[in-house]
Amino acid sequence: MTVLTYREAVRNALADELRSDPKVIFFGEDVAVAGGVFKVTPGLYEEFGGERVRDTPISEEAFVGMALGAAITGLRPIVELMFADFIPVAMDQIVNQIAKYRYMSGGQFVVPLTIRSAQGGGVGFGTQHSQTAENWLMNTPGLKVVVPGNPADAYGLLRGAIRENNPVVVLEHKGLYNMKGEVPDDLGPLPLGKARVVREGSDLTIVATQLVCQHSLKVAEELAAEGISVEIIDLRTMVPLDSETLLSSIAKTGRLVVVEEAPHASGWGGDIVSLAADQGIFYLDAPVKRVNMGNVMFAYSEPLEKLAIPSPERIKAAVREVLAT
Amino acid sequence: MIGIRIPEPTVEVKPLSEDIRRSMLYKMLQIRYTEEKLQELFLANAIRGTTHLCNGQEGVSTGVAAALRKGDTVTCTYRGHGHALAMGMPLKSLMAEMMGRVSGCCRGKGGSMHMTDASLGLLGANAIVGAQLPIAAGAALTAQIEKTGNIAVSFFGDAASNIGAFHETLNLASVWKLPVVFICENNRYGEYTPQHLTTPVEDLSIRAISYNMPGVTVDGQDSEVVFAEFSAAAARARAGEGPTFLEMKTYRYRGHSRTDTGPYRPAGELEAWMERDPIKILADKMIAAGQLDQVELEELTQSVQREILGAVEWAQREPYPDPEELTRDIFYEG
Ligand SMILES: Cc1ncc(C[n+]2csc(CCOP(=O)(O)OP(=O)(O)O)c2C)c(N)n1
Ligand SMILES: [Mg+2]
Repeated sequence: MTVLTYREAVRNALADELRSDPKVIFFGEDVAVAGGVFKVTPGLYEEFGGERVRDTPISEEAFVGMALGAAITGLRPIVELMFADFIPVAMDQIVNQIAKYRYMSGGQFVVPLTIRSAQGGGVGFGTQHSQTAENWLMNTPGLKVVVPGNPADAYGLLRGAIRENNPVVVLEHKGLYNMKGEVPDDLGPLPLGKARVVREGSDLTIVATQLVCQHSLKVAEELAAEGISVEIIDLRTMVPLDSETLLSSIAKTGRLVVVEEAPHASGWGGDIVSLAADQGIFYLDAPVKRVNMGNVMFAYSEPLEKLAIPSPERIKAAVREVLAT
Repeated sequence: MIGIRIPEPTVEVKPLSEDIRRSMLYKMLQIRYTEEKLQELFLANAIRGTTHLCNGQEGVSTGVAAALRKGDTVTCTYRGHGHALAMGMPLKSLMAEMMGRVSGCCRGKGGSMHMTDASLGLLGANAIVGAQLPIAAGAALTAQIEKTGNIAVSFFGDAASNIGAFHETLNLASVWKLPVVFICENNRYGEYTPQHLTTPVEDLSIRAISYNMPGVTVDGQDSEVVFAEFSAAAARARAGEGPTFLEMKTYRYRGHSRTDTGPYRPAGELEAWMERDPIKILADKMIAAGQLDQVELEELTQSVQREILGAVEWAQREPYPDPEELTRDIFYEG
């Protein structure tokens, strides 16, 4: 067992996959010589060389599309889109090309491709450098979407994504890069599509990811002192979604709160609620609540940013409300 | 009469062997009459959606395909029937795809705009203008890293030279010296709008200058010139000298798509270009060299038409995809 930061875990996953498979290549803006704007990738260029680890021009559409071309001709590319806010710049390649390439060719291609990107708020980057991106991507069949919430998952799920013979977008949370956590020394690639119960409880289930999963853990801790037992599910991958873990949790607790660091409209929380309504309605003892960003966006000023992201206080209030009905 | 400027070749254009000429002629006839048939089927509602015909542009796809090697890869556009047939896609495979049958090249899931055959190196025809350029550059990246000696080719239109993906890809391919050849089929129109209303330069090849790569304007109606200019670009790419931008001056006889008849064309323009028909140019050379006569040309045309009819009749009897196909291949399982 080694304690690593989330940042180090990502780096180790990249290095281990580059080491284990010569078909793996990695490129993006400032990732090679400079080691990345979040200093996630130092040393990869030195170890694996400029043929496999490359700096690109600021051409998101071109280099994401090139990853597709490389993937369908036998390589296993990883590309970094520095901030998730830049995903829309490459959206045509992601939505119209990468996601559809296998399907519309009648299965002629395998697309083993990983896009990594840093998403999420809480660190003062303002409106165009803080968004989360999973909702944009989940609306596109053909993409897998991974949202690691701690160092062990950042390591194992990224390796799993790189090994996957389908396009995967791994959304790292930039507010968690300094988070420390234990990573088992023998941890290998983790399978995608498995949620995890990160705290067991019996009174209510919270479903969350990444930063707001950490907020939810804090809330659960505080409520435990009052004798309230909250179970927390970290989804870990949005696509495929692990409905089993969710349903068996609400079968036990009978109550559900969904916490999203994302706007409300067409947000993934709606999918969770619809799953609960469709397949878990008879488990539920109370109405379901979503805690999210409403329909506001990120602002620079710290108090405003804190208001936008579901805070421990807002999560706690929602839990109390659901428990009271 | 509208005058057509014929670009001077920048390399020596030698007559190709009789075999290559014959096979190029056959391909061009196959493309021409296949598309005539497709238009007929489309107007009779036997084909759904839309079609984009390349009648008049056959010299480009045919000249390039004849100079490709096994292992080379191509991405192209929704105007892609010609590229597919030139690269050797079986007529039946194309016809069944047009009709949405499971025996089509994409199991009926692609259609007219997505003719794809990985086994031929045809990595996909794209319905998003410009999106196929980065994908070809990615295939070139594989060739470069794996040192295969293969090259990638991307076909696109004149209007596509105004989209970001074009500029980003030329820039990146040049910086990384990727073995890729960019082929712009300048047919003078993007949909219904003539080039001069959307594009401030006449010869698009000059756009290569700012990417520090060779840019050549080529007579796209003469398949032997296409072959020669493309071969030079391909040789540079294979030698590790990086990409080339070839602008092929050409013309589409039909409208942009479907029922467009091209009312926006100046009078006489179509007729002037039809004087420089790519099939006629090659056939005339072969006749002059004693490799072909009118009777033989007529026989060849008829045998191509019989083959097309056979493929149509066959495809019409092929089954549609099963309902399971709807969810199949969204992901690779395994
Ligand atoms: C990104 C994008 N914008 C617009 C269209 C609609 N559209 C399809 S073809 C076309 C014209 C393209 O002209 P050109 O690149 O010259 O190719 P051509 O059709 O003449 O072969 C347009 C605007 C599209 N398919 N994709
Ligand atoms: Mg055009």
